[in-house]
Amino acid sequence: MSDKKRHLLVMLASFFLLPFFFSLAEAAEQDIPKKFFVPPPPFTPGIFPCSQCHQGMPVNRKPRKLEQMHQDIVLKHMPDGWCFDCHNPDNRDKLRLANGKLVSFEESYYLCGQCHGTVFRDWKVGLHGKRTGMWNGEKQYLLCVHCHWPHEPVFKSIRPLPPPMKPSDIK
Amino acid sequence: MKREKNKRRELSLDRRTFLKGAALGLAGTALPLDKADASFWETFFQKHFREMNDTEIKKVLQRLEKEAEQKYKKAIKIGNEKAMPGVLFGYGLDLSRCIGCRRCVYACVDENNQSKDPQIHWITVLRFKKGEKFSDLEESEKYYNPPQVPEKEYFYMPVQCQQCENPPCVRSCPTQATWKDPDGIVVIDYNWCIGCRYCMAACPYGARHFNWSEPGRKPEEINPNTHYLGNRPRYKGVVEKCTFCIQRTRNGRYPACVEACPVGARKFGNLLDPNSEMRYLIEHKRVFRLKEALNTNPKFYYFFAYGR
Amino acid sequence: MFYLIKNFFIALRQIAIGSKRYYIWVAFLSFLILLGASAYFDQSRRGLIITGMRDQVSWGFYISNFTFLVGVAAAAVLLVIPAYIYNFKPIKEIVLFGELLAISAISMCLLFVMIDMGQPLRGWHILPVIGSMNFPASLLAWDVIVLNGYLAINTFISFYVLYRLSIGKEYKMSVIGPLIILSIPWAVSIHTVTAFLYNGLSARPFWNASILAPRFLASAFCSGPAIMIVLFQIIRKQSEVEIEDRAIFKIAELIAYAMGLNLFLLGAEVFKEFYSGSIDTYSIQYLYFGLHGKSALVPWIWTATLLNISAFLLFLLPRTRENFTTLNMACLFVIIGVYIEKGLGLVVPGFVPDTLGEIYEYTPTTPELLITLGVWATGALIYTLLLKFAVPIYTGKLRFETKA
Repeated sequence: MSDKKRHLLVMLASFFLLPFFFSLAEAAEQDIPKKFFVPPPPFTPGIFPCSQCHQGMPVNRKPRKLEQMHQDIVLKHMPDGWCFDCHNPDNRDKLRLANGKLVSFEESYYLCGQCHGTVFRDWKVGLHGKRTGMWNGEKQYLLCVHCHWPHEPVFKSIRPLPPPMKPSDIK
Repeated sequence: MKREKNKRRELSLDRRTFLKGAALGLAGTALPLDKADASFWETFFQKHFREMNDTEIKKVLQRLEKEAEQKYKKAIKIGNEKAMPGVLFGYGLDLSRCIGCRRCVYACVDENNQSKDPQIHWITVLRFKKGEKFSDLEESEKYYNPPQVPEKEYFYMPVQCQQCENPPCVRSCPTQATWKDPDGIVVIDYNWCIGCRYCMAACPYGARHFNWSEPGRKPEEINPNTHYLGNRPRYKGVVEKCTFCIQRTRNGRYPACVEACPVGARKFGNLLDPNSEMRYLIEHKRVFRLKEALNTNPKFYYFFAYGR
Repeated sequence: MFYLIKNFFIALRQIAIGSKRYYIWVAFLSFLILLGASAYFDQSRRGLIITGMRDQVSWGFYISNFTFLVGVAAAAVLLVIPAYIYNFKPIKEIVLFGELLAISAISMCLLFVMIDMGQPLRGWHILPVIGSMNFPASLLAWDVIVLNGYLAINTFISFYVLYRLSIGKEYKMSVIGPLIILSIPWAVSIHTVTAFLYNGLSARPFWNASILAPRFLASAFCSGPAIMIVLFQIIRKQSEVEIEDRAIFKIAELIAYAMGLNLFLLGAEVFKEFYSGSIDTYSIQYLYFGLHGKSALVPWIWTATLLNISAFLLFLLPRTRENFTTLNMACLFVIIGVYIEKGLGLVVPGFVPDTLGEIYEYTPTTPELLITLGVWATGALIYTLLLKFAVPIYTGKLRFETKA
């Protein structure tokens, strides 16, 4: 077969196979039903969109301790992790998955789900996280970040409510 | 002489009889026979809930709402939602998440109008030391009160009515005042219970509680949305327990404890719905139930989140 | 009609007129009843919270007394078996007084159940047809049937016999014979059903043991006859009723065997619990040795066990059995021992530790004790009034008038 013919064959094949690959990607997204209406991400007021500051700012990809801004965020998540492991250096209004794909802050569960796959699987079914809404109707989903502060996800201890009265004290 | 004595004795006997009769008559006037106390007789002769038709139940609900309003100076609605067809409620409790904060306990108290004085809690949270016997409840502690939870060496397990499919309490009740409704909730008719407390001896989970005196709850604390078999204001001398928030769940809502849990340790749903999270739970997670050896077949599943 | 009124006044006079001792005794009992009634009035107003019972130990002193008294009532049958089956003449004549004791005991049982209920006015809910009795699933429903049936049988037999004697006639064996035959298994059944009440609860491992029903019967056949021996001595001293020593000693001998069986069954239970040593045995540990520092029942149960063993020996040896001082001592020992062992020594350990592992040490409060005393006084008053008729009818002193 000549080179030209081979190239034509490859192009035709990829053209017809492309929808197949697209459908695979779609299927991965179809795992998550469209009814994942989540409340908006709990941004600090005024912090989003990030591009209002970062547009045009030079990017420093060196892992370091931040000093001028965001110095209050101490990352205690992932060993040896730093900001650009999740945040997208080229467009701060998006998050970046391990394979380079970008997801919006409204769909940050994809990002968390990369490492926390088992939890993500449970969350999709409605088995992980606080449950409110109707058990026989619309489930109300929350984003991971609504409960877990992504920079320091471990829950702080809280004060327990009072213990019950001892029976001998009930008069 | 003797005949006179006998005669006097006979006379005194008659006086005694007369006095007795007069006393009885006076006592008789204390009986509520007039119209104002008609509700006393209505209450006394009220039939078993399952034997009443819808009109009779409606009358009873109206009477009870009026009595509650008189007592608490607040309009209270007592509903009678029936079990939804094709529904069997199940509950899931994630032991890997519970932090023992007791917010579920107090959310339940507020939602279900439990007495605060004397205190009644439908949910008991037990604390176990990691590494010690787990199924030996004797090693557990329910009065823990550390400054912060969760504590490092402990884990927590809340217990409430397990809504058994084979409930020993239903079997033991001599008047059938407690029974299992079609959607799986074990309910109590507070107007039929005679307060013998046999069900409390029969329950293996300590889930049933008794009103040792008149329930003490302030009017402003009353939740006015109630159900006849659930959280309506109860009486002295009757047994009560968790009803899976029947007033909420029969209207499609989650129980109060599920919504109150800050760490999402509580799950609830319809076991008969193949798409519900409860079905997924029991089919995929390693679930167990308390005291399974007793064959009570509870619908309260404990599990650990990890694993499939 | 005329005779009815006349007999009514004869009966009334019989109750109202007696010796000085009678008046003092009735006045004393009435005082106790009044105390109990006022305490009960308080309980019905404020609720059962005035007792020591709470969710963790939801049955207490009232049900303990109920259990003990069902045993006493069942033991009336003990006299029936030798009397009628073996025609042991000395006992036959005094079976009547045993049956009257059964009536009083059952009345006290019913009273104890009523005062223990949270809503006693709703008691009619337990009846079949007009209520919704949960028969056959609930053991309490069975208990209601058998206890009331036993009361009816004993009342009928004794009142029929007394009535026939009082009008100077003989009683017909064809009338009461079948009932007496029925009353033997019925008496066994009242106590078996009461035992099953506890036995059937898988939630309470201390009670969920097959040994409970046999132990109940064995201890019932100790305590009931012991009370009767004491009562018979009082009756024959206070009246012209003749009760042979032979009859009393025979009853005492039967108590010895019953107590021997009771002690053997206790040994069997103790072995099983302490040797196997599983979690379920915490209850008996609490009872005999205390658990986690809580040991309120320990001195009581050891006292009861020692009293029972001493009583067994005193009843067994003819020398001590046939000496009235030691015999009465032994009776007292048995009554107290079984009262503790089958009362609080049975009910409380069933709830300790409770189903979620908690230990709550129950103690009866003063109102509870007063109400219990009031119920016992009521039973004693019932028995006194019954005897006030039965003794003179039996000895021929009291006769009612009929047309013939």
